[in-house]
Order: sequence, then structure tokens, then C-alpha cells
Amino acid sequence: MGSSTQRLDIEEVGDVTIAKFIDKKILDENNIQIIGNQLFALVDEDARAKIILDFSNVEYLSSAALGKLITMEKKVKAAKGKLRLACIRPEIYEVFAITKLNRLFKIYEDNERALDGF
Amino acid sequence: MTWIEEFQVRIPSSTTEGQKVQERIITRLEELGFPARGVFGVRLALEEALVNAIKHGNGLDPNKQVQVACQISSEKVRIVIEDEGSGFRPQDVPDPTEDENLEKPCGRGIMLMRAFLSVVEYNERGNRVILEKHRNDDGSPLLS
Repeated sequence: MGSSTQRLDIEEVGDVTIAKFIDKKILDENNIQIIGNQLFALVDEDARAKIILDFSNVEYLSSAALGKLITMEKKVKAAKGKLRLACIRPEIYEVFAITKLNRLFKIYEDNERALDGF
Repeated sequence: MTWIEEFQVRIPSSTTEGQKVQERIITRLEELGFPARGVFGVRLALEEALVNAIKHGNGLDPNKQVQVACQISSEKVRIVIEDEGSGFRPQDVPDPTEDENLEKPCGRGIMLMRAFLSVVEYNERGNRVILEKHRNDDGSPLLS
């Protein structure tokens, strides 16, 4: 996979993987497909068990992107891992709250808090 | 109502073309000083409505088109999106917050449109949606 198609910045802190979205807008269908595949590979190929998704760059998110996040949550759970979401700006948090997905995901203010006790 | 901006375009059933129209409308709203919160909601709703029209309405059929009409006044933006599909009944879309529907993106898209916009109305056939965002409507969608 070429670096130009890389949509996630990966950082490892101990046994925790922090995957930071590079895109500001997770709207475009093709983009969402690529981002979804890269997210799923963290579990399916790399067998990472503790994952934090860092949303600090994300300004827009569509319902199709939410679908991918839900699949990701299921995958992580099926692999007995844990997924945490962090650095979500207020407008984006609203998207989670309206769709009640704030109940499905564990959401933290920043990476530090997400790492705490992970 | 005096419209500052008014245009109508027909686009092929391609999400790339949908993105271009979306960008045109958003850029114009920003130029006209539409509040940032409102612009956020309009972009989100446009994305959902255009994808619905292109993918679900027209089924990505290259022989079918989507008509987009946009009107902007000092008070509001009004966008009408019509596809050539057979339409749908919004009330038949399953509740996206139910567990068994979590993977289905359509219901969630409509839910977000309704939350972020002032008006979301479908015609009877369900192949045309009217979207409006009023400039002074910047209340939290969660409280409305």
C-alpha cells in the first residue's frame, strides 16, 4: 500500500495503538471505503487489541463513515479487544449524540484520558 | 423573498459530481457570511441527500440524473434535490438507533438531516427532498 493512500497516522503507546485520522472530511464514498479498510486491517491483519481513534483532524463525518466505525467496534469486540474514541470536536460529537452512537462508543476528551486505565 | 443566489443544475449519478455541487453551495454560503454552525449542518445534509439520490434513488445508473436547485436569501438557504428513482417512504426507513439497524446508513443520514436543518420535506413519491436552513436557526439539534 503506497503512502499516498495512507489515511491513518499510527502511533504506539505501550500496548495501545493510537490511529489518527488524517482527513478533515470523512465524507467521500471512496475515501470512506479506504479508511474503513485501513481501520479493519488494524484488527484483522495486525491483531491490535487496544485501539484509540483520534478524531482531532476531523471536521466532517457522514452517516456512511459512522457505519464503518460501527463495523470497527464490532470487529474489535469480536477479537476481544477494546476501542476508544478521542479528541472529537463538539459538532462531530453532536453527530454521535443525535444518532445515539455516543452510547455505543467509549468517547474520551483527549488521548491522555483515553490512555488512562486502558 | 429576494434570492441573492439562485441556480439549478442536472448532474449525472456520480458521487464525484455530487461533491462538486456540494462544494459550490458551501463556498457560496461561506462567501455570504452564513453562520458556521449552519454551514456545517448544510454540508452534512447535502452529503447525505446527494448520496441518497445518486446511490439509492438512481442506483448509480449513468442514464439517470439528479436535479439540484439552490436558492439563497439573506434569511435562508433552500435546496431541492430530485432523482429519477421510484422514491421511498421516509416513514418506512427503520429506526437507525435500533441494534439490528446499526449497519444501515440511510436511516441515520435522514436522522442527521432532520436534526441539523430547519426543514426536511419529501414529496409524496419520495424522489424529491426539500432542504432548508434558516440563518437564525442555530439552536442545538439535541435540544430541538
